[in-house]
Formats: sequence, C-alpha cells, structure tokens
Amino acid sequence: MNIFEDTGKYILLMKRVLVFPDRWSMFFRQLPKELEKLGLQSLPIVVIISIFIGAIMTIQTKLNTENPMLPTYSTGLVTRDTLLLEFSSTILCLILAGKIGSNIASEIGTMRITEQIDALEIMGVNSANYLILPKIVAFVFIMPFLVIFSMGIGLIGGYLVGVFSDIITTADYLLGIQYAFIPYYVFYSLVKSLVFAFLIASVAAYYGYYAYGGALDVGKASTNAVVNGSILILFFNLLITNVMLN
Amino acid sequence: MITVANVDKTFGDNHVLKNVSAVFEAGKINMIIGASGSGKTVLMKSIIGLHRIDKGKIEYDGRNLPDMRMSDIRRLRREVGMLFQGSALFDSLSVLENVMYPLEMFSKTTKEEMMDRAVTCLKRVNLPENSYQLAPSEISGGMQKRVAIARAIALQPKYLFCDEPNSGLDPKTSLIIDQLISEITHEFNITTIINSHDMNSVMEIGEHIIFINKGEKAWEGNKSEIFHVDNDELNNFVFASNLYKMVKKANL
Repeated sequence: MNIFEDTGKYILLMKRVLVFPDRWSMFFRQLPKELEKLGLQSLPIVVIISIFIGAIMTIQTKLNTENPMLPTYSTGLVTRDTLLLEFSSTILCLILAGKIGSNIASEIGTMRITEQIDALEIMGVNSANYLILPKIVAFVFIMPFLVIFSMGIGLIGGYLVGVFSDIITTADYLLGIQYAFIPYYVFYSLVKSLVFAFLIASVAAYYGYYAYGGALDVGKASTNAVVNGSILILFFNLLITNVMLN
Repeated sequence: MITVANVDKTFGDNHVLKNVSAVFEAGKINMIIGASGSGKTVLMKSIIGLHRIDKGKIEYDGRNLPDMRMSDIRRLRREVGMLFQGSALFDSLSVLENVMYPLEMFSKTTKEEMMDRAVTCLKRVNLPENSYQLAPSEISGGMQKRVAIARAIALQPKYLFCDEPNSGLDPKTSLIIDQLISEITHEFNITTIINSHDMNSVMEIGEHIIFINKGEKAWEGNKSEIFHVDNDELNNFVFASNLYKMVKKANL
C-alpha cells in the first residue's frame, strides 16, 4: 500500500515542481549554484572512481581471458565496452545516488523541519518548484558531461596499467579501445544517464520535502532517498537496456 | 479582518478543532492562548491554510479561504507575513538577503529600491548595520526574530501571524519582540494573530484574547477581564505561575 501512496505523492509533487518558475531571475540565480554543488563538486569522486575502475577492469579482463585463441586487443575492447555500456552510466549513477541523493534529501529535509519550507509557502512561493526544479535541471544538464568525462578517465586508467605494468602492452590496449567502436553505445549510455539523473534528484527531493520530525528523521529521509533511488536506477537500467539494446 | 466561523478539523480519529468561531480585527493584537496540545497551533495553521479544514469558514476581509484555488491562496499569501517559532530564516542567505527575498520574488521594483526597503525594515526592527551581511547562524536568537519580523513586514502585509514569538528568548528580549510586534501592528493597521502560552506576552500586548481548550473556544475577552473569569480551565492556565497567583490576590 505504501508504494502506491509514495508513488501518488511523488507524482503530485512533480506536478508542482515541473512548472515554470514564479520568477525566472531567481531560477537562474539558483541554477549556477546547483551546477557547482551537484556537478563540479562531484568531479573529484568521478575521477578517482573512474581511473581505478578502468585500471582494475583492464587487469581483471586480461587475467580472465588468458587464451591464445583470443586476439590481444580483446582486453582493451572489453574494458571500453564495459565502461561505455555499464560503468560510466549505471555504476557511476549508483555512486552519485549516494553522494547527491543524500545531499539533496538532507538539505531539503532540514529546510522542512526548520519551517523554512513553510515560510516559503506562507510567502506564496511554490516551494517545491523553487527548491527542487533548479536541482533537477542542473543535475540532468551536468550528468552527460560527467558520464563522458568518466568514460575518458576510465579509459586512461586502463592505459596506465599498460604503462606501469607488464600485464598488457599499450599498443594492444590502444588498438582494443578503438576496435569495432559502436557510437550508439555512447548514445545509449547518455540516455540512461539523463533518466538516472532525473531519478536521483527527484526521488531525493521527494524524501527531503516530505521529511518530518527532527534530525533523526532527516537522516532516515536521506537513507530512504539513497536506497530507493538506487533501486529505481537498477529497475530503469533493465527497462532502458531492454528497449534500446534488445 | 479575519473571520473564523464554525471551524472543525480532525486528524484521523482525533477531533482537534470543534466548532471554533472568532473575529480577528485589524490594528489589534489578537492572541490565541491555550495549553500545549489544546489545538491553538492547528487553529493558526488552519487560518493560514497550511491545514485544510473539514467544515466552516475562514474569511480574509470577505474572501473565504477554503473556497479558494491554490493560485488564489498564493496571491492571498502575499498579503500575509509570518513569524515562526524558530524564525525560519533561510540558512543559505545573509540577513539582508533574507529580508530582500520576498521583495525579489514578488515586487517589480529595481534592485536598489529593494535594497532600500530591506534596509528600512531592518532599521525598523533596530538591527545593527554590521549584522546585515552575516548568516542567520551567526546572530543571536533575538536578532534572528527581529530579522524574521523585518522579512515578514517587507511586503507591507495586511495580516501578520506569529507562532510562539518569544519561544527560547530571555524575558528582556521577549519584551522587546512583543513591543516591536505591537508597534508594527498599530503603525501599519495590520491584523495580527499571535499564538502563545506566555502569560507575560498576553498581559503586555494582548488586546483580544481567545482561550482554546481541548479544541474548543473556551473563553474570549481582553487582558483586563482575564483575572475575573469563572472558568476553571482558563484559571488553571493563567494562574499556573505563582507570579499571576499573586497578581490575582493583589487585584482582589
């Protein structure tokens, strides 16, 4: 029963969020702040995770495909396709669901329990639109850039394995990441990232917006935002993959 | 003027407001008093429209709130100022930006005019100039209340709501805040409704008092009448403190 109630409340909230802002000037004042907070401040974690995952994936692929029948470039090819298809969109979004989701839910949740949202409502402001729309727009806008950035950094991580170890030669790796490249995979990954970005921001905002009680409840809202956001990412990953790759 | 007529509100099986009626006049300090859990906060939130009532009328100068569409309620709320128990200042904005916020949102004046208006409001509540650029967390509770009052009057509201304005303040600061609310109410002829259980406030500025007990209006009058009422619940509430017991004895 709870899931239906939550879905209904989420849809009603989105109906209030996805309308034109009361004042565009206020919206455009918020937007760069959100881009900086949700996008630029996520860059360090994106770089760290992508470079390590790229390197680890290269090593594991190489070690698990020690077969003379397989061409030497296969390690680079598998690493590239895994990064493009799954890691840089889905896994990265799952990680960002933790960072961004908890950030949004706790910020809005704290505003709720300290009556700042009530203050906005009393002033006649559409608080849902004012608080949530810039976050959704900023995160949806910045996410494709983060994904492309992650793809590039992940590939560099794999290359560094070739440079600093004997596991694979850089020539084989470079050949592999260029071999049989399918641009549609990048498009598929970007489409997924847009959907996931919307889910992360909107689900976290929903849990924050309807938080009530005290600090402990803001913590619960934050946890719910991360858990449910992650589950929805996995569900929509299955759905989109089925539609776009099947 | 705000008129409340036969208002009922329930939460599940809990009948919180029972047939409450009252008239809150402009230019007067109207106080809703009552013990914790009596329903006074629900009454105030219902009057503002944060709770949808089950039955009855809430009229703002003839405009019935329960009949209004959300867009009309939003327009009405631009005529409303509210002082929250915890001040509810926006953490991410400075003191000056907090007061400018409603102006930026709803007025069509230039940035300089908005700034002037915000500074006028901050000066009206006697806030020192060196605090204008500070964050709300960097100023005292009393100063936060003053900023909240300045923000509430920035758009020159017709109606002012104060929820426990003295909560968490020392007696001297409470008095200053009470007097400030009273001065502003009379100066701008605002319909002010204060929700409080602070008897000092009631005796200091209360002009029209409504006592809520178990969701019902149990008494209505003014501060000079409150000591001579034959109502056990009200007497238990008013004379809970020894100070007012002594005042009553002295009056008798």
